[in-house]
Amino acid sequence: MSQYVLRRLLIAIPSLLGISLVLFVVLALAPGDPFGELATNPNVPPEVQAALRTKFGLDDPIYIRYLRWLAAMAQGDWGFSFVSRMNVDTLILQRLPATLYVIGSAQLLALLIAIPVGVYAATRPYSIFDQVANTLAFVGFSLPTFFTGILFILIFSVKLDWLPFVYTTDIKETGILWVLEMIRQAIMPVMVLGLFQAASMTRFVRSAMLDVIRLDYVTTARAKGLGQAKVIVKHVMRNAMIPVVTLIALQMPAVFGGAIVTEQIFRIPGIGSLLISSILANDTPVIMAVTFVFACLVVLFNLIADVLYGWLDPRISFR
Amino acid sequence: MFDKDLRTMIDDVKDGRIDRRAFVKRMIAVGLTAPMANQILAIGGVAMAQSPTPYKPTKRGGGGPLKLLWWQGPTLLNPHFATGTKDQDGSRIFYEPLASWDADGHLNPILAAEIPSIQNGGLAADAKSVVWKLKPGVKWHDGKPVTADDLVFNWEYASDPATAAVSVSTYTGLTVEKLDDLTVRINFKDPTPFWANAFVGAYGCIIPKHLFAEYKGGKSREAPNNLKPIGTGPYKFVEFKPGDLVRGEINADYHMANRPYFDTIEMKGGGDAVSAARAVIQTGEYDFAWNIQVEDEVLLRLEKGGKGKTVYAVGGDIEFIAINFTDPNTEVDGERSSMKTRHPILSDAAVRKALALLVDRESVKKVIYGRAGRTTANYLNGPEEFVSKNTRWEFSIDKASQLLEQAGWKAGADGIREKDGKKLKLLYQTSINGPRQKTQAIVKQACQKAGIDVELKSVVASVFFSSDVANPDTYSKFYSDIEMFQIPMTQPDPALHMRRYHSRNVATKENKWQGQNFPRWVNKDFDVAIDAAETETDPLKRADLYIKCNDLMWQDTVVIPVMHRLAVDACSNTLRPALSGWANRSDNLQDWYREA
Repeated sequence: MSQYVLRRLLIAIPSLLGISLVLFVVLALAPGDPFGELATNPNVPPEVQAALRTKFGLDDPIYIRYLRWLAAMAQGDWGFSFVSRMNVDTLILQRLPATLYVIGSAQLLALLIAIPVGVYAATRPYSIFDQVANTLAFVGFSLPTFFTGILFILIFSVKLDWLPFVYTTDIKETGILWVLEMIRQAIMPVMVLGLFQAASMTRFVRSAMLDVIRLDYVTTARAKGLGQAKVIVKHVMRNAMIPVVTLIALQMPAVFGGAIVTEQIFRIPGIGSLLISSILANDTPVIMAVTFVFACLVVLFNLIADVLYGWLDPRISFR
Repeated sequence: MFDKDLRTMIDDVKDGRIDRRAFVKRMIAVGLTAPMANQILAIGGVAMAQSPTPYKPTKRGGGGPLKLLWWQGPTLLNPHFATGTKDQDGSRIFYEPLASWDADGHLNPILAAEIPSIQNGGLAADAKSVVWKLKPGVKWHDGKPVTADDLVFNWEYASDPATAAVSVSTYTGLTVEKLDDLTVRINFKDPTPFWANAFVGAYGCIIPKHLFAEYKGGKSREAPNNLKPIGTGPYKFVEFKPGDLVRGEINADYHMANRPYFDTIEMKGGGDAVSAARAVIQTGEYDFAWNIQVEDEVLLRLEKGGKGKTVYAVGGDIEFIAINFTDPNTEVDGERSSMKTRHPILSDAAVRKALALLVDRESVKKVIYGRAGRTTANYLNGPEEFVSKNTRWEFSIDKASQLLEQAGWKAGADGIREKDGKKLKLLYQTSINGPRQKTQAIVKQACQKAGIDVELKSVVASVFFSSDVANPDTYSKFYSDIEMFQIPMTQPDPALHMRRYHSRNVATKENKWQGQNFPRWVNKDFDVAIDAAETETDPLKRADLYIKCNDLMWQDTVVIPVMHRLAVDACSNTLRPALSGWANRSDNLQDWYREA
């Protein structure tokens, strides 16, 4: 087992190197200039722009810049933002709590809805409950988050005036009031994201369950007189969870990566909004760091998913 | 007073109580035509009339929080590195210049004891030096006194090319000399009629010597205080999260009486303009939102029974169509739009004049910009004494057709005019931006009716405005026949705004297309007038020279002004911001207050 994990980690190194190289080259070849904003400003002479480019090493050839980046990254230096003139890791760490809180809650909400609803719907396929759940799931994942987000804002903020739609990181209250306010401002983004995720996940759980529920061993379990609850939870669900775990594991990096659209709508200062504003400002070191960390997380969670398979189904062995 | 009147009158026009013409007449009556650059009058010896700010609070603080929404949040807080207005706005909460521009384009003393003038001996008659006196007793947020050494240091810091400050051009071509602890003299290399640039406005913000002295030049980016400002401003630094949040608290030692009014300040970033307007006007979650570039129709709808309103500030920002005088389709020495070529169609003055007749500015205003735009024939739209009265514009498809007909452009079989085998086909490019694409459509339609075939092209703003030498789609390369965008006027003086069309500034491959004269228009009279204006010390003669420059551009149809754009912000009904079209939004932040 530990040997397997070690081998997988070693295999991950060349693939991460490859990913970083591709990312770096694409970013270097992409059009745009981090100091482009200066170009139309008549106060700023072109020499300043040129000096800034030289200072940040933008005029060097790509391979030198890549090697320089790689060497720095290996020493834990994530780079230096052109736009904010501060270290990229500080910038990312500042954004991480909001992302983890909002996106994490949304994922949790999605799981809390999807698993019970999916399981229950699968035990009674084509019943009224199943039909309703299916219809809602279809509606749910057909509506894009930018639409539901704005709809929620119009209903709950503008019309009813119940919830704020600008997420603030510095709530004045302390103690229990602070907690309540944190929950209040997260309700809308969490709902928007959570319901969207829940919709597709429900469909997934349901079909995974249906695949397993028809198998002979389930009939055997029932025949030996086990109760419905026990059959479903202990025998069916555990086996049906394998594909679901893959899905969840692959979505975990998204918890760290944030949700670009939702974060933009609700002004959540998360990783997603950092990424989009850096892309718009051509702040390559930040884009590079965020996307690369993202790639690392995808690799890592894939590994975690594979290890979890073995725990869920002891027949799967690691070689 | 003026600002308030303007707002009520705009409302009147909006509700149909006054028609547009009467509105314009009354604007002249209330003094809109007199936003004069005070300092120029001062050089001429005219007594300076400082416009008093109507500031009502009678004690410092007690105003609760001030919540600002900047849909692009500040990303750094050092005024010398502030690339965009958002960064300047964030820095300005904590740092202050010697003086700032008020709504009328007058200088308003901040750290200065008084505005230099000939009377008080601050200005030299030859326009080669200025003496600034600091207000005594001003302290940095850490308690150290502000002295003339700080001013000298700011000049050294910014003018050092290794620092790579964006304020470098503000501080080059001059030296700053300490006269005593509170007095400095700026010595200009050449006579400088526009002397109020260094230490004034956004780039004039002053950083403390004792915290930045070690970080001058190449080490500038390492200064810990780049992210933790210690200035003299009305609010002290509390917290900064780039792109998201800037927070400050009241400076109890602030150097102006009864100011500031608010106890805390918060500048939140992110999101988009429409929802920012909504958070201020509809739900009242925020007090003020910056730069609401949203179609007027949307704003009018939001304003119905809302908690806030839109406010406008008049500056000199101009949205215009520029005409390419060189040929974008012929390559000479690896360079298109080369100065060695002439545009096959647009070098014909009749075609350029016809194009100007085909831009329906009134419709563009009505359909797109609404209250945020004014129609104009001029490239230079302010301050008032620089605005030409000799120009006019007209929209007439008939006249345009006639003009083209006379010049020999006859309609071909497909309805498109041609002459000597050249078809009247133009490529019209701009950046991707809702209002711009709509304007393109309006112009294209009129051109079609006059027999001109216009092909539209839109380029992502980050590419269009970039200085990327490798990219063919930048505005400065100008590989199209006509192009449209906005050039902001950053100070109430036309020098920088007009200088770019001087023949020495033509954008070429040689200067990596960094020359600012992108239409590549060359006119000897214009060059002579610009050169003369830059050293002319008589304010009236100087204004005449700039008017002449504007008129030359109009006669030659170098650019076709589409809209004189106003700054639009959303503001809560109770907030009284001090705004100016000649300054950044937060430039007079100390004067903001709330009326119960």
